[in-house]
Amino acid sequence: MRVEQIAVFLENKSGRLAEITATLAAKNINIRALSVADTADFGILRLIVDKVEEAKATLKENGFTVGITNVIAVEVADKTGGLAGVLKTIEQERLNVEYMYAFVNKSGENAVLIFRFDDMDKAIESLQRTGYTILSGDQICAL
Amino acid sequence: MTLFWEEEMETLPRVGLESVQLTRLKKLVARVYKTVAPYREKMDAAGVKPEDIQSLADLAKLPFTVKEDLRDNYPFGLFTVPMEEVVRVHASSGTTGKPTVVGYTKKDLKTWSGLMARALTCAGATSKDMIHNAYGYGLFTGGLGAHYGIERLGATVIPVSGGNTKRQITIMQDFKSSVLLATPSYALNLAETMESLGVDPKSLSLRVGVFGAEPWSDNMRDEVERKLNIKAVDIYGLSEVMGPGVSMQCLEGQTGMHIFEDHFLPEIIDPDTGEVLPPGEKGELVFTTLTKEAFPIIRYRTKDISRLIYDTCECGRTFVRMEKVTGRTDDMLIIRGVNVFPSQVEHVLMGTEGVEPHYQIVVNRVGNMDTMDVEVEVSENIFSDEIKVLEKLSGRIQNDIKDMLGVTCKVKLVEPKTIQRSEGKAQRVIDNRKL
Repeated sequence: MRVEQIAVFLENKSGRLAEITATLAAKNINIRALSVADTADFGILRLIVDKVEEAKATLKENGFTVGITNVIAVEVADKTGGLAGVLKTIEQERLNVEYMYAFVNKSGENAVLIFRFDDMDKAIESLQRTGYTILSGDQICAL
Repeated sequence: MTLFWEEEMETLPRVGLESVQLTRLKKLVARVYKTVAPYREKMDAAGVKPEDIQSLADLAKLPFTVKEDLRDNYPFGLFTVPMEEVVRVHASSGTTGKPTVVGYTKKDLKTWSGLMARALTCAGATSKDMIHNAYGYGLFTGGLGAHYGIERLGATVIPVSGGNTKRQITIMQDFKSSVLLATPSYALNLAETMESLGVDPKSLSLRVGVFGAEPWSDNMRDEVERKLNIKAVDIYGLSEVMGPGVSMQCLEGQTGMHIFEDHFLPEIIDPDTGEVLPPGEKGELVFTTLTKEAFPIIRYRTKDISRLIYDTCECGRTFVRMEKVTGRTDDMLIIRGVNVFPSQVEHVLMGTEGVEPHYQIVVNRVGNMDTMDVEVEVSENIFSDEIKVLEKLSGRIQNDIKDMLGVTCKVKLVEPKTIQRSEGKAQRVIDNRKL
């Protein structure tokens, strides 16, 4: 129940994000979610795409440093307190979040939260036990 | 009226000086040949015997000594006396992991402090002075070398070392420091800190500054003189030859530094062919020590570019003057007074798992401080989707460089292939300082 995420190293230079998205568009790769983490000197772009291997290959060909990591996608109702509920569970279960980001799916009913935990197996087990829906990569792309 | 420390020697006519030099050179070569195997082997390979040295011109028959010889015989292999006679060691940056080590006997320290006292006298210092020694104390020859020279002169030494700039200014005010010893960039840093604290340099007792250990331009000298309201003079030295006090600018002459030729024999060579160049030409400076005991050195290639000026100087000293060093024949950088070889940085990077040998060193002067950025390409091996992992990596490299080189730098992670690949020799260094 893990989702593969593409991570790309970005120097803080203008136009780099545009180049990446153009590279993916040229290969007809669809971006479902993204987040950018940045420091004073560099950034890390994290992407959920429909064709992971293809995306990695084309970005590498174009000179980017690319890594694939596993993340967990949790579906919650898109209403007040949706995120708060998950985070409360995470706190109670003593799970350590490395980073997270979120997007709302097309229907607007549900939101998808992308998490990277230090202990992924424990996180999956805890979230499922407490009744959350964890999505697969295919499910996300089908949303 | 020129002040002298040892007037007779400092004003000896050239004929007399050359006779002193030749006597000392012959003795040195005979001793080194007898006691140091690496020197003997090199001389044998070149087919030269100590008896072949019959004139100063015969010096050119002897093989050169280079920094690699020091590395190959690390740490004490080129010492000519048993360790029990060595009373101090100093070290400077080697080209790779290991530093370059030099040693001194009791007599060497006496010679050195005498030459340093001579140098300070050139700058007009006397036993009445309060001398603020802001050169770093430690393995670096600057701090201790100057320290014992000041004591020998009979002046009062303030062993303040580097750093803690505000406290240094308080000390200057309260102790009435009259002579400042520092790197020129640190002198400017002091001047600017005074400005920001609202301390008027005219209210201080500073009269003269003795600056060295890093290259500086005439413009920088003017700036230091104006901002600190002092006269600035240049001192030169390197640990392989002795340390500070190999040559010194006098107050009277405006150009160049007098080489203390009764102890150090200079040559200027063509760095490509090794040929000795005629007087007055620009080339690589080579030194032979004439009086050192523990660590004498024969024809040491300094890799510093300079020129020798044989005109008589207004001060009355007959010692030849060397022009301010205008460059290097190798890629050594001097960052805030510390010698840095790109190969040392490479050594650290290669010792960091996953890091590829694509890096670049970018040097800038921000305000008056040198900054060094080390750009490292992020390969898949070291890449992570977590910021903290990457920051830990750059922090670790930064610490390792600080540990090994003694210089604080900033490690910047860059995208792969962004560092220019050159054909042949990679351009490892971009030095944006305008000296």
